[in-house]
Amino acid sequence: MAVPLHSPEAEHAHDLALARKDILRIATAGSVDDGKSTLIGRLLYDSKAIYEDQYEAVERASKGDYVDLALLTDGLRAEREQGITIDVAYRYFSTPRRTFILADTPGHVQYTRNMVTGASTADLAIVLVDARKGMLEQSRRHTFLASLLRVPHLVVAVNKMDLVDWSEDVYEGIRDEFTAFATKLNIPDLTVVPVSALHGDNVVTRSDRSPWYQGSSLLHHLEHVHVASDRNLVDVRFPVQYVVRPQSDAFHDYRGYAGTVASGVLRPGDEVQVLPSGLTTTIAAIDGPRGPVAEAFAPMAVTVRLTDDLDVSRGDLICRPANAPHPAQDLDAMVSWMTEEPLRPRQRLTVKHTTRTVRAMVKDVQYRLDVNSLHRDLTAGELGLNDIGRVRLRTTQPLFVDDYARNRVTGRFILIDEATNATVGAGMLTPAG
Amino acid sequence: MPDTVRGILPEPVRLVLVQVLSPTSGAERVPTPDYRLSQLETLEAESIHVIREVAAELERPVLLFSGGKDSIVMLELARKAFAPARIPFPVMHVDTGLNFPDVLEFRDKRVAELGVQLIVASVPDAIAAGTVKEEPNGSRNRIQTPVLLDAVEEHGFTALFGGARRDEDKARAKERVFSFRDEFGQWDPKNQRPELWDLYNGRIHLGESIRVFPLSNWTELDIWQYVLREEIEIPALYLAQEREVVERQGMLYAVNEFIRPKDGEQVRRETVRYRTVGDANLTAAVLSEATTVEEVIAEIAVTRMTERGATRGDDKVSDAAMEDRKKEGYF
Ligand SMILES: Nc1nc2c(ncn2[C@@H]2O[C@H](COP(=O)(O)OP(=O)(O)O)[C@@H](O)[C@H]2O)c(=O)[nH]1
Repeated sequence: MAVPLHSPEAEHAHDLALARKDILRIATAGSVDDGKSTLIGRLLYDSKAIYEDQYEAVERASKGDYVDLALLTDGLRAEREQGITIDVAYRYFSTPRRTFILADTPGHVQYTRNMVTGASTADLAIVLVDARKGMLEQSRRHTFLASLLRVPHLVVAVNKMDLVDWSEDVYEGIRDEFTAFATKLNIPDLTVVPVSALHGDNVVTRSDRSPWYQGSSLLHHLEHVHVASDRNLVDVRFPVQYVVRPQSDAFHDYRGYAGTVASGVLRPGDEVQVLPSGLTTTIAAIDGPRGPVAEAFAPMAVTVRLTDDLDVSRGDLICRPANAPHPAQDLDAMVSWMTEEPLRPRQRLTVKHTTRTVRAMVKDVQYRLDVNSLHRDLTAGELGLNDIGRVRLRTTQPLFVDDYARNRVTGRFILIDEATNATVGAGMLTPAG
Repeated sequence: MPDTVRGILPEPVRLVLVQVLSPTSGAERVPTPDYRLSQLETLEAESIHVIREVAAELERPVLLFSGGKDSIVMLELARKAFAPARIPFPVMHVDTGLNFPDVLEFRDKRVAELGVQLIVASVPDAIAAGTVKEEPNGSRNRIQTPVLLDAVEEHGFTALFGGARRDEDKARAKERVFSFRDEFGQWDPKNQRPELWDLYNGRIHLGESIRVFPLSNWTELDIWQYVLREEIEIPALYLAQEREVVERQGMLYAVNEFIRPKDGEQVRRETVRYRTVGDANLTAAVLSEATTVEEVIAEIAVTRMTERGATRGDDKVSDAAMEDRKKEGYF
């Protein structure tokens, strides 16, 4: 039967579908069996990102009294059983307020690499813990990785509260432990929610079973968490990605610099500096996807036109003369290493930073960090697969960098193996010293 | 019924969007109070970034264009990425020879408007030349692949833009935006590069290539909303129209060049639309009243919202009823 389009439900559904929303990117972390698949299945199901046929398939496959929502995300589980490489899987769901992109990183040995990948773009990380087990070593690792990647918001979902009789004491114990740890790590925003993913308590709506809990449900928190102030609107950074030259009669003199705004706000008339040349000029116009715009901010993809005819190419950076990033050839960074072959001093690598790619040599592995205890091993000398440590690199040409803590875009880079072309590491710049 | 249709932006929505989106002259300051992009603007920016990155880093990209809605949106994003210049790479259509005529017409028109080069990799030609063999069931889905790979080799393409989305199925959920293929065009799931931030690594060795999926993070509803908002033309097949259909295994097939009623099959008239435009001999239509893009969106949205209620026998799922059930533990 055709869907009736003129019922109140249809109009409601239509309005919701067309409402203006923003996107929240989420990374999830949890150890095996903490209930991550169940929780994600619950969020997908309750936000109706699951089609009925998928749901029925899950219903048929479930054994026991409950529909096993974990089966909705079992693509990765199958792989886990077969021992195939597991990495990040992306899920999509939305509510009337927001659209969510969830990077699901299953917990296992490759965990660090995958979680770093998933968390790299996240606005918010959900760390799952089993209420019966409390804060484990893995929970510390997940929390640390979220803080290393500067994910601005952290949510700890204390799951399986039904198995501890919804004990307020259990919840408070876990909450206090996390709060203390988060303070050490400078995590700006921590929220701890007691949930039962299996039964749905405090996932979408607040549950009667936790009258002592004053906070909001998990989904309510995801919908309302304030992310507008997470971005850097102060430091103008525009890496030139592509030079647009139509060479057509209609646009004979057009020369635009296309790219994605990294931070700050750009406006026509602004005085700007182009690096590395250091020349200054003015923004003549900014073209967005629908023609000229009055302002450009992150993460808009625009084309900037300048009043002067300068020689600007891919890899250059446009900023404000009074607020330029410093040129650096010595990079101090926390590096997450992602390949078997260890990272060692004197190794040659390619660094991709914004739109600029340069060659580099490893000068020094200053320490390797034990991601569980946060202990620094100064004698390590190298980084193995899934290790994180502080590394100094020397590049053949200067890069225009900011500290990752200040600017998540100009403070990051990837490392590429020159022989295999594989991406072998991720770096987050830290102040020297 | 026109060959192509345009989405009509409803007034109330336009009012909301206008604040940030409407094209404005350089002099005019439009208030963007919180400096936030909507989901469509964010996805659009992300896709444009990916497309530009490939054009900047890879020698010979090509965009796979089928005339379906996803590839239409992808082509539109490519246009925006380089405007006012032309798209700096050709588009390629793997022609199975089983196309809806509307779709081919649409393809040619769109390509001409954009002034891009169209390369057609023809499956019938490959069958005639004996490089591939027709499958018994009449589907040319599988035999498209060698035809595509031959064309890639012949033209020396190093990057192929495809319109696939991660929300399509579970297996695609973990696909990278940049997906690596060895010199045989094969995908090795164990050997994919980690993708961090928006720092894509487009380095390849001679003979290797990359499939690039700029629409990875779009959902089906996002695509439709974008078609509506940007007033993007789509083939008329996507909208409901009265057609002659035959029913086969519970599915409705419009009678066309490739689908002829068999003995004993009743031809009847139904109002139907297509959800995808694949091969005309195998693609079924669905009953629908949606004659505008907006109505298609409403239809998709309402299907999701009420399907559970409908199949569960409780007539309407009011918010309160839903609430109660959740409190009870649900299920
Ligand atoms: N009692 C109870 N069991 C749960 C809860 N959440 C998950 N489980 C169960 O814990 C087991 C592991 O859950 P799963 O989602 O597969 O964990 P994952 O490995 O973290 O994805 C399954 O048997 C679930 O049914 C919960 O809130 N309460």
